Amino acid sequence: MAAAATCGTGTGSTGSVVAAASKNNVTSFQRRGPRVSGTDSGCSRLLSIAGTRPSVRNGQLLVSTGLPALDQLLGGGLAVGTVLLIEEDKYNIYSPLLFKYFLAEGIVSGHTLLVASAKEDPADILQELPAPLLDDNCKKDFDEDVCNHETPESNIKMKIAWRYQLLPKMEAGPVSSSRFGHYYDVSKRIPQELIEASKWHGFFLPEKISSTLNVESCSLTHGYLKLLQFIQNIIYEEGFDGSNPQKKQKNILRIGIQSLGSPLWGDDICCTENSDNSHGLTKFLFVLRGLLRASLSACIITMPTHLIQNKAIIARVRNLSDIVVGLESFIGSEKETNPLYKDFHGLIHIRQIPRLNNLICDVSDVKDLAFKLKRKLFTIERLHLPPDLSDTVSRSSKQDLAESAKLLGPGCGMMAGGKKHLDF
Amino acid sequence: MSRLLARKRSAGRSERCCSSSSSWPPGKLTLLCDAKTDGSFLVHHFLSFYLKADYKVCFVALIQSFSHYNIVGQKLGVSLTAARERGQLVFLEGLKSAVDIFFRPQEEPHPLQFLREANTRNLQPLYEFVREALKPTDEEEAACRCPVLLVDDLSVLLSLGLGAVAVLDFIHYCRATVCWERKGNIVALVHDSGDAEDEENDILLNGLSHQSHLILRAEGLATGFCKDVHGQLKILWRGPSQPTAPRDRSLTYQYKIQDKSVSFFAKGMSPAVL
Repeated sequence: MAAAATCGTGTGSTGSVVAAASKNNVTSFQRRGPRVSGTDSGCSRLLSIAGTRPSVRNGQLLVSTGLPALDQLLGGGLAVGTVLLIEEDKYNIYSPLLFKYFLAEGIVSGHTLLVASAKEDPADILQELPAPLLDDNCKKDFDEDVCNHETPESNIKMKIAWRYQLLPKMEAGPVSSSRFGHYYDVSKRIPQELIEASKWHGFFLPEKISSTLNVESCSLTHGYLKLLQFIQNIIYEEGFDGSNPQKKQKNILRIGIQSLGSPLWGDDICCTENSDNSHGLTKFLFVLRGLLRASLSACIITMPTHLIQNKAIIARVRNLSDIVVGLESFIGSEKETNPLYKDFHGLIHIRQIPRLNNLICDVSDVKDLAFKLKRKLFTIERLHLPPDLSDTVSRSSKQDLAESAKLLGPGCGMMAGGKKHLDF
Repeated sequence: MSRLLARKRSAGRSERCCSSSSSWPPGKLTLLCDAKTDGSFLVHHFLSFYLKADYKVCFVALIQSFSHYNIVGQKLGVSLTAARERGQLVFLEGLKSAVDIFFRPQEEPHPLQFLREANTRNLQPLYEFVREALKPTDEEEAACRCPVLLVDDLSVLLSLGLGAVAVLDFIHYCRATVCWERKGNIVALVHDSGDAEDEENDILLNGLSHQSHLILRAEGLATGFCKDVHGQLKILWRGPSQPTAPRDRSLTYQYKIQDKSVSFFAKGMSPAVL
């Protein structure tokens, strides 16, 4: 009961703070819009696209991945013209969520979608997108979700260990006024009218494969070739490539490709280690990258890398993608029962961040990240050890924890495994 | 503090002098290699260095777009657009060419024609392109001194379906033309796949290491990510001995990449430690 009471007052206080702030700063809120467009008059052409913002570091136009916490880790968002590769978790439970977040963000921002799959009909994928938490009801839902799962300590001013208040939060609350990045409720479906209002193209491989296999003297797998031609056609016809002047408002094309490289795409890299056609996937990625770089589009690809037999192909695929994010769920692994990980559902590895227009890349300081699927939200948090609540900790369990912390080692280091070795 | 700066500068110079024309004779193959980190800063360094030094550069860029190299080049003080206009730089943009080859078939053979062909045997068209690009003409001879071939990166060619032997052959032909005939230099980047067991890539890396005169190897720190030290650079001199430089000397420096430059320091001498 006490917890519920504090929770209620907590939300109440934030609500009143927000209200007060908005009352006091009405003018500043109103001034912001014109000022932003005024200072960036050079980029006004770019700014006119909804759901995008220029990167502070390299000036690239960014789009949101639909998961603000992930945007923050990737240096603000996904740069237009780049490929985000999601390495699927073993049972493919959490990676479709990221895929759907990306597409739902496109629908909310009014972008054109291109959904490609060999497994599900793209129309069905769109039906299952999560509902956006917009403006009024989002605050309530979010608070409710937070209250259900966490103590509202974020609202209480710390008396001890006050230094931790200064730490940046990986997961901030939804800001209703921001147009870049939204929060989504995975327990609800996206409203039908939003899907109907959106513009999308579906590529469902079984429909596209024709019986007349006029196999050209090209080493690409038939499915990949069809998909490339489809994407190129859309980009060219709707004027997403800057070379053709677009008649109407400029827009972003969001491309989502599901489970690329799986046997359903007609690729045999998942079946044999030394397939004859092992270059099909890398070649596809190279040409896709070329298409993206020359157009206003961003692409998300999920790939079952754990199925690919030849490790060399995984390394090459990573080199040919811009951003690589790996998901490792605890389901079915021994980490599921490990007390160290009891607060989380899996680990998220940021394997590669691109260096765009720059010598350096935006690497976040935090390397140990874990994700958790709450009732409504998918959150990414800094991995932390659970608090030791028992009065007397038996020595054995302490050692267990130390052991598992060692196991964690390879996951933390980005560059290499944790050897007993000091560089300096 | 001043001592540290001096040391940094000397380290920076040692990296620089390996490519400066005064102490580094023409006709050399430099291999850039990166393991568990991104070695693209070396490519950017050599590109801006050679352009500043008035070399004639042929840049085969397979991994990034022209605008990327141009913007980084501007940060390092060179303009690729201007260099391309005055004919100093010949730029082959792999990503753009790939789209052209796939969707706008042309009559004349393209240097990267192999992308469309199922059974790729060799890189002859690419070699022809390099030879044409670095062909000396009389007026250019005065303006630009030596030709340079820069490739970023050779590992991509393996991903595009070529065998390691074909890439090695290509480099061998280029060496014969650029290094020996025209007294120029070749700089090429290859990824070290590390524990990925990429056999083809290992063959390529070992083959190139065997023939190159200088190997610059950027490695991520074995202990993992660090905010103040981005990795270490191993400099390995090979090949025929020079009277000035000590033979077969291997040097290791740690580096930190900054916005517009890279600072080098001796192992364990990073500002974070001192």
